[in-house]
Amino acid sequence: MVSQQIEAGLGQRIRRRQIARGELTLELACDDFLASCTWLRDEAGFDQLIDICGVDYAEYGDGTWEGERFAAVYHLLGIQSRQRLRLRVFLDEDLPIIASVNAIWPAANWFERETFDLFGFLFEGHPDLRRILTDYGFVGYPFRKDFPLVGTVEMRYDPDQRRVIYEPTRTEERVVVPRIVRSDEEGRYDARN
Amino acid sequence: MPEISNFTMNFGPQHPSAHGVLRLVLELDGEVIERADPHIGLLHRATEKLAEHKTFLQNLPYMDRLDYVSMMCNEHAYCRAVEGLLGIEIPQRAQYIRTLFDEITRVLNHLLWLGAYALDVGAMSVFLYCFREREDLMDVYEAVSGARMHAAYYRPGGVYRDLPAQMPQYEASPYRDAKRLEELNANRGGSVLDFIEDFTRRFPGYVDEYETLLTDNRIWKQRTVGIGVVAPERAIALGFTGPMLRASGVAWDLRRTQPYAAYADLDFEIPLGKEGDCYDRYLVRVAEMRESNKIIAQCVDWLRKNPGPVMVDDYKVAPPPREEMKTSMEALIHHFKLFSEGMIVPAGEIYAAVEAPKGEFGIYLLSDGANKPYRMKIRAPGFSHLAAMDEMAKGHMIADVVAILATMDIVFGEIDR
Repeated sequence: MVSQQIEAGLGQRIRRRQIARGELTLELACDDFLASCTWLRDEAGFDQLIDICGVDYAEYGDGTWEGERFAAVYHLLGIQSRQRLRLRVFLDEDLPIIASVNAIWPAANWFERETFDLFGFLFEGHPDLRRILTDYGFVGYPFRKDFPLVGTVEMRYDPDQRRVIYEPTRTEERVVVPRIVRSDEEGRYDARN
Repeated sequence: MPEISNFTMNFGPQHPSAHGVLRLVLELDGEVIERADPHIGLLHRATEKLAEHKTFLQNLPYMDRLDYVSMMCNEHAYCRAVEGLLGIEIPQRAQYIRTLFDEITRVLNHLLWLGAYALDVGAMSVFLYCFREREDLMDVYEAVSGARMHAAYYRPGGVYRDLPAQMPQYEASPYRDAKRLEELNANRGGSVLDFIEDFTRRFPGYVDEYETLLTDNRIWKQRTVGIGVVAPERAIALGFTGPMLRASGVAWDLRRTQPYAAYADLDFEIPLGKEGDCYDRYLVRVAEMRESNKIIAQCVDWLRKNPGPVMVDDYKVAPPPREEMKTSMEALIHHFKLFSEGMIVPAGEIYAAVEAPKGEFGIYLLSDGANKPYRMKIRAPGFSHLAAMDEMAKGHMIADVVAILATMDIVFGEIDR
């Protein structure tokens, strides 16, 4: 029902539509994303932005991913209609830039800052796009798949200089349980073999 | 005419009423807040990145450490996400146990919030009262999971074990005499359910005590009424959930509007506020404690009558029983594979949310068919609430910042993740 209404309203802007596990996911084009969002809020009643998160598909399925590397995923909620909606927008790898939805849902402010901080996505039109979770003066985008889990710098107090200093990390990354990807066809019941 | 410039002040990160590690940069005009800029991330541990390197089961205890005041609700959201991807239904008894512990967690959370809030605003004694009841509920946590806080009791597929038939008792100690020992063990003679039932009978009286101290207290009202008012439309736009949203008068509670676990079968009210100020948020949370108490009583009643399994009978998800492992080779292999390699979760994505005490706590889980999540995003309610700090504090006095901060029920474990 809702799905059809949204499809009629957004039309060509929907690149892909998917219903899985009772959740509707729309893949939208990056170009007129702002117009789509305005329509979703005003006409389809999605008045609350629940979450924005970045995804880096670089290592998806052991590197078999063929689409764009980055995606921004939005979760919306309609209070009246009690509906949820997920939007996915794929971004350019070299310049991941997308319009800020801050003017549509003020809740986006910190979520966009967080995604910028962790993934390096640029939100065009954001009033105050600063890092939020990482340290002051942090370099790099830690949630990208090519960023090491142990990080790049470590911090300690240096008694000689009598201040806190940053050094390249000396910790080695250690994998205790290897990552094992099995295809859907094998099914989870074959996983033990 | 002397030149007057705004004054900038640092609030925290070591301030006791900063609720952990918040650095709040306040721009002041005299004593009035012009701009509040929260600097968060001092407790950032990259839980989401860590999760990508751990199996689905190993990630579960990290959930306790997000919002470390409402541990089991976080586990619930995570377990629901994993179960959704696996496509399994958990036993009815496990659903009721989860509901029971979600509500116990809500009471625990609200008690801590109430005590800390009163303390921040200047009422010392409420804190002591609240922690007296928290102790009983912590004992229930310990009885079922062995840990007072970081329980790791919910597991994908159900809960780790059934409720114990015997509530643990205090033991004799040189520091307490026999009379005191008897007092402490007076309501611990029966099972855990007996103890919880006894608690539900005592608890409304305790809530009356807190209300006696606060609800009509003149100083309490002066500090909270009309402070940090948020209009309903604004609360929705700012992404508020939970008591923050309901205090503004928006009837939205996932337990009612998108029911999960056993909430659809239970009878409870959703308390709403009118003004959307700090006082209303206090009233809503106190009323929620009373409602939670009713839900707990209903769950206890149901659990008494309906014994049954509490974990799915699927060795790909849940470990086989110990006895079987002693005799069956296959069960032993299942156990070994589950705890070394972990479970393989089919590719796909899911967003699972629960009504945590602070608001909507959600887990967005993206799996590519591996034994570890490909991406896990934690949607913490406190994150959106704190983001509204600037808007809520603007135009208020410095002292009100403490009241507004505390009314949000901020816990940095979940905000910084």
